[in-house]
Amino acid sequence: MDSSEIKQLQILATKARMGAILGTFCAKSGHPGGSLSAADIFTYLYFKEMNVDPKNPKWEDRDRFVLSKGHCCPSLYAVLALKGYFEWDELTKLRHVGAMLQGHPDMKGTPGIDMSTGSLGQGISAACGMALSAKISNKSYRVYSVLGDGEVEEGQVWEAAMFAAHNKLDNLVIFVDQNGLQIDGTVDEVAGIEPLDKKFESFGFEVFKIDGHDFNQIEDALNKAREVKGKPVAILAKTVKGKGVSFMENQVGWHGTAPNKEQYEQATAELQAEIDRLEGNC
Amino acid sequence: MAESKKIATRESFGMALCELAKTNEDIVVFDADLAAATKTSIFKKEFPERFFDCGIAEGNMVGVAAGLAAAGKIPVAASFAMFATGRAFEQIRNSVAYPHLNVKIAGSHAGISTGEDGATHQCLEDIGIMRTIPGMVVINPADHYEMMAATKAAIEYDGPVYIRLGRLAIESFNDPETYTFELGKGITLLDGDDVAVIATGLCVNEALKACKQLKEEGINARLINIHTIKPIDREIIVKAAKETGRIITIEEHNVIGGLGDAVCSVVSEEYPVKVTKVGVNDCFGYSGPALELLDKFELTAPHLAKKIKAAAQDK
Repeated sequence: MDSSEIKQLQILATKARMGAILGTFCAKSGHPGGSLSAADIFTYLYFKEMNVDPKNPKWEDRDRFVLSKGHCCPSLYAVLALKGYFEWDELTKLRHVGAMLQGHPDMKGTPGIDMSTGSLGQGISAACGMALSAKISNKSYRVYSVLGDGEVEEGQVWEAAMFAAHNKLDNLVIFVDQNGLQIDGTVDEVAGIEPLDKKFESFGFEVFKIDGHDFNQIEDALNKAREVKGKPVAILAKTVKGKGVSFMENQVGWHGTAPNKEQYEQATAELQAEIDRLEGNC
Repeated sequence: MAESKKIATRESFGMALCELAKTNEDIVVFDADLAAATKTSIFKKEFPERFFDCGIAEGNMVGVAAGLAAAGKIPVAASFAMFATGRAFEQIRNSVAYPHLNVKIAGSHAGISTGEDGATHQCLEDIGIMRTIPGMVVINPADHYEMMAATKAAIEYDGPVYIRLGRLAIESFNDPETYTFELGKGITLLDGDDVAVIATGLCVNEALKACKQLKEEGINARLINIHTIKPIDREIIVKAAKETGRIITIEEHNVIGGLGDAVCSVVSEEYPVKVTKVGVNDCFGYSGPALELLDKFELTAPHLAKKIKAAAQDK
């Protein structure tokens, strides 16, 4: 990737962060922290990696994406809007009665959402099912999923991990968005999950560790993932919860709190300044 | 007429899946290390490339099935009723039913007729648990022919279905020449206006024997087989309430949450009559041979005859 391409992705990811802030502000609820930490991964997947068609969201040979940490959908919704699945304005109705964008992803109501998620630990199993379906039908599509680092405390994640390795699902790539925080505190304090790399390796995964905000590293890991045969891939992405909004970064309190008007304006100003900076340098 | 050979509905289910899979390539079957018991082993033997053992991990099995359905397959996820609907309840609720995915959940070893394994394995709550989930179809076939037809209907229906399978070999009473299964439609097996007997699962044949015996005593019971507990056949129930004025429900399930409650909910809204709910009276089962347990829990024909007679005389 050349620097201008990276810059384009950075601009898109910053816009996605704006969307997450807009959505949660308008909803007066939601989860900005993890939405911001995973925004770069979502952006790369939808704008560089995945073979999808926003005009035909149910295209049967498309690559699939399952947001296992469903609560971080505000920035995913923003990425889908940027990609053209629906109008940006939908973000202002997030979590409103009758709105298309639910508090957690709803595959029945939202174009581009491949699986309904929200109950932690369940999305990865569905991703395994999609990957298995591709194998059974000799289809070449790939399946991607993003989990939270708190989410891996769920036993079902490890049931699914065993299943993926046992069935040699090398068309499955899971990201763990390691922002280090969950509702009750740091992941280390609440229920330490380390060493996560060794855990996934011992469960039969090829593991890559990256900086989840570095597009070169995301690209490199996904390119390597394509070369892995006979086993699933886990990309452990170190991230900053609240990334891009100064007062939200690494603050556990921003897991599930919406910004008020003043905070919304400050966050938006910061993100807009970043976009201006990036665009000015283009 | 019906064959005399006894067969468990779990076995009929395995046979039906095999039969259907011959012409339907989308059927994929999952089990959680109980294939030999749930009888998905019959399918495994014939279609090994479309059978996946998930190991003892029911939650993941249901989630994987949801993913397959999202990708266009027709997955069947089987385990014991207890673990399928209990352990994996939330996966069924959130990953399958909320997106209304085309997953069939098969719960075997339902009811006290599971027998010797005892209370931990005798699921008496599955119908109640499943019918509270929006959009779930709940089926409880009563014999071999009904299970064969119900399985076909479940596969042909586009949406989530829970189908209840029994461990105990039971005799068939339906006539394969004339039997037809329609999802959501009850079947009147005997006509009569003294009392309406509404039964489901293996209790239907016991109730049939009881009603035939009562007929000799001059009591004309109407017997209705409700194989689809959700969506329930409101019409047949309301008609029975109007024409008999008295209902008795019979099921191998807790009296809370099952067929009895489903029937009560219909009549209380449309035509209130007195309903006696026969089933397991809000207690756990225990170990023992299935037939002895059915007798202990008073779900066999002689016990049912007494209960039906009492209901007919209590109008």
